[in-house]
Amino acid sequence: MRIAVLLFIVGFSIQAQSAIWRVGPALQLKTIHAALEKSSKGDTIIVTSGLYQEGNIRIGKSVVIIGEGESTVDGQNKFEVFTIESNNVTIRNLKITNTGVSSLSDLAAIGAENVRGLYISNNVIDNAFFGIHLANCKTSTVENNILTSRSIDELHTGNGIHLWKCQSITINNNKITKHRDGIYLEFVTDSFITNNVSEDNLRYGLHFMFSHNDEYSGNTFKNNGAGIAVMYSRGVKMFRNHFMENWGSTAFGLLLKEISESRIERNVFYKNTVAIYLEGCSRSHFSLNEFRENGFALKLQANCDDNVFEKNNFIANSFDLGTNGSMTLNTINKNYWDKYSGYDLNGDGLGDVPFHPVSMYAMIVEKMPTSIMLWRSFLVFLLDRTEKVIPVVTPENLRDDVPVMTSYDINS
Amino acid sequence: MISIHNVSKQFGSLKVLKSITADFDIGNSYALIGPNGSGKTTLIKSILGMVLPNSGSIMMNGRSVIGEWNYRSKIGYMPQIGRYPDNMTIGQLFRMMKDLRANSRQIDGELIQSFGLDKIMEKRMHTLSGGTRQKVSAALAFLFNPDVLILDEPTAGLDPLAVEIIKAKIQQEMEADKLFIITSHIMSDLDELSSHALYLDNGTLIYNDSIALLKEETGEVKLGKAIATIMKRNLSKEAAL
Amino acid sequence: MMRIVKYVALDILRNRFVVLYTLFLLLVTVTMFSIEGNSDKAILSLLNIILMVVPLVSIIFTTIHFFNSYEFIELLLSQPINRRSIFLSEYLAIATALCASYVVGVGLPITFFNPSIDTVYMIISGLLLTFVFVSLAFCAAVLTRDKAKGIGIALLFWFYFSLIYDGLILYVIYSFNDYPLEKVTLALISLNPVDLARIIILLKLDISALMGYTGAFYKQFFGSGLGIAYSIGMLGLWAGLPLILSLRRFRMKDI
Repeated sequence: MRIAVLLFIVGFSIQAQSAIWRVGPALQLKTIHAALEKSSKGDTIIVTSGLYQEGNIRIGKSVVIIGEGESTVDGQNKFEVFTIESNNVTIRNLKITNTGVSSLSDLAAIGAENVRGLYISNNVIDNAFFGIHLANCKTSTVENNILTSRSIDELHTGNGIHLWKCQSITINNNKITKHRDGIYLEFVTDSFITNNVSEDNLRYGLHFMFSHNDEYSGNTFKNNGAGIAVMYSRGVKMFRNHFMENWGSTAFGLLLKEISESRIERNVFYKNTVAIYLEGCSRSHFSLNEFRENGFALKLQANCDDNVFEKNNFIANSFDLGTNGSMTLNTINKNYWDKYSGYDLNGDGLGDVPFHPVSMYAMIVEKMPTSIMLWRSFLVFLLDRTEKVIPVVTPENLRDDVPVMTSYDINS
Repeated sequence: MISIHNVSKQFGSLKVLKSITADFDIGNSYALIGPNGSGKTTLIKSILGMVLPNSGSIMMNGRSVIGEWNYRSKIGYMPQIGRYPDNMTIGQLFRMMKDLRANSRQIDGELIQSFGLDKIMEKRMHTLSGGTRQKVSAALAFLFNPDVLILDEPTAGLDPLAVEIIKAKIQQEMEADKLFIITSHIMSDLDELSSHALYLDNGTLIYNDSIALLKEETGEVKLGKAIATIMKRNLSKEAAL
Repeated sequence: MMRIVKYVALDILRNRFVVLYTLFLLLVTVTMFSIEGNSDKAILSLLNIILMVVPLVSIIFTTIHFFNSYEFIELLLSQPINRRSIFLSEYLAIATALCASYVVGVGLPITFFNPSIDTVYMIISGLLLTFVFVSLAFCAAVLTRDKAKGIGIALLFWFYFSLIYDGLILYVIYSFNDYPLEKVTLALISLNPVDLARIIILLKLDISALMGYTGAFYKQFFGSGLGIAYSIGMLGLWAGLPLILSLRRFRMKDI
């Protein structure tokens, strides 16, 4: 108790000591640079309405920078706007526009390296090469920002929120559009990516690799060029995300490559070419997800093992499951399949005959991709019907033994 | 007017017409007689261009008819069985035919009236009886007042009253200097309606001359009897061979 | 010639079977759009039925109709009309009547439910397929004089283009799976009007992304103006060639 009181007093006294500097075109301090010069650790710089074109602004002190009214900081298409070089920096409420574009360095609206305790929130970042770029940072929060880029091509457009080698970062409630990758993580651990909306990005809505034990929940990834690709990570938790309309011949709702010991739960996959594509994944758990109106709900390569798919809803997909092997190494259990035509005599809600989610034609297409051109032909229709009655080609043991009769409510 | 020279036709291996030569002149009426399958209909169809002969020539007014079609504007044809589009009405059929032969000189609608077809113009073809359809066929054949009339079994299936009407019509037209080619199995009809007889058997033309001469030669009064005599003579000739 | 077309087409349009066909198409189209909320899905389901039913009905109905109007053709032949006019009139009459059925049964309702470019392709493809299979039916009809045999040949045609041919393609793909087959299969598809129509419609639908690399390759080809001209030209050829061949045979035929 005593320590708590002490801490409170110390905190208060630091607060009391810190100064507030107001910057504005009509004020004494005309530039952020000037304010930074005058300020000292813990001070607050209030950037009032106006256009600030100051080239690169390096922040070498722990300060709080807050926009007030319509304050726009313009990089004039040449510079990185803010470069944070100190711990505990806050940037809030600013409009940051027009960063430079470079093929040599990742110029960002807000860049930071080797620092911790950052708080970046409520900024509007427009026409940036990279939006927010954190390298080797820890315990920081990026939230409520709106990032929009130019969406020119993959070479001249950078990532929205780009994290490299970070730890314990929270990325919450940001909206990212028209960047290359909406959210990009590499070597990022123990972080939370929550409630973001990443849509209409050139390449991936979310792209990460070598990032373990991160949690992704409540995000919406919509209509990104290639969907979402995540690789070489373990302990990934994905809850209640929406993967929507990632449509195109090379797009995936969620591409999982070399992912292990992860949990994918209560997500909605709607209208993706391939909802989840799994390659080399193991020991992961997929449950209570809803797959609706996708081309393929699941594409499971034979090098996946020990994964469990249970209690998911498969509704109105062109193909529920595609595979290139017999896939006895994974468990499929108690899912709801709208294509299931079995019966439930004892009324326990479980179908009495197993469901085979792989259609014969899905097998053929997997082995001979060119045969997709026979799709929707009478021949394919007959093949699938025949195979249903007398299974010859589709793997006999690839099945859901206890399909459920009614769909799950994944939100409860 | 029509002259056939050495016409042969075979369907597959079956020889239906064997080197037939005959002339048909305007002002005469020719009865085409012969047992079933003797080649009567094939001969008629050859003249009409429906069947293309394997060899030989068919001329009309000195011009070959093979592959031609304009010459048919001078011909009226009444088929053995007339079938028409099911949902067409009699009126539409006549209208269509008039459309198709728009350049015909004059229209002869006499049979339409005398058969009473004008009162059932709105009836559809598939509701008509066989006899009524025959009446339609007959009326169509005479409709365009053609120089040549080819009638395949004109009296078959008609009620006695209609038979008399059509016979009267044929006799009336014969006065008007036309050429008739008629097939029938009813010898008494042919006796009344034709001046010449062609007897076909098994694709060969056995007799081709005037009926008067035939009767004289065989000593018979009726055409039927005379033909029977020819048939017997022919059989004994074949037996002799 | 157009006079015969007019009369025969009017006659066919009053045919009970053609009326049933129109009603069937109408029913299927309306049902599809009512149960499928998504119009792409509805078109896709409709596509399956159309690719099966339109060729089948076109070829069978035409063959039967041809044999049934033998006597009428005979009557026309006794008139001063040349054979080519008679034949082409019959062809145009039947094709026009069946196309009218298709337009009423499918064309109008899908335009109503989903007015888009997919719909235009759907309608054009269906109409071209009708022409193609009416042509093939005439081929079957002039090959023989026997009605049962003629219908048999017609069914065989349908069976070949709807099923057997695709089986052969699948076999080719299976046998040469290690080679890039996109161009080969593209060529093979052109040789089957049903496949061609199916691919054109599939590629127009958003769904083509599902077709992966092959789909992308086809889309690049068929998406271009040249590709569209090519596919419509091929379907036209499929309607024209059998017609010309059967016309040649009909001119030499004994009725």
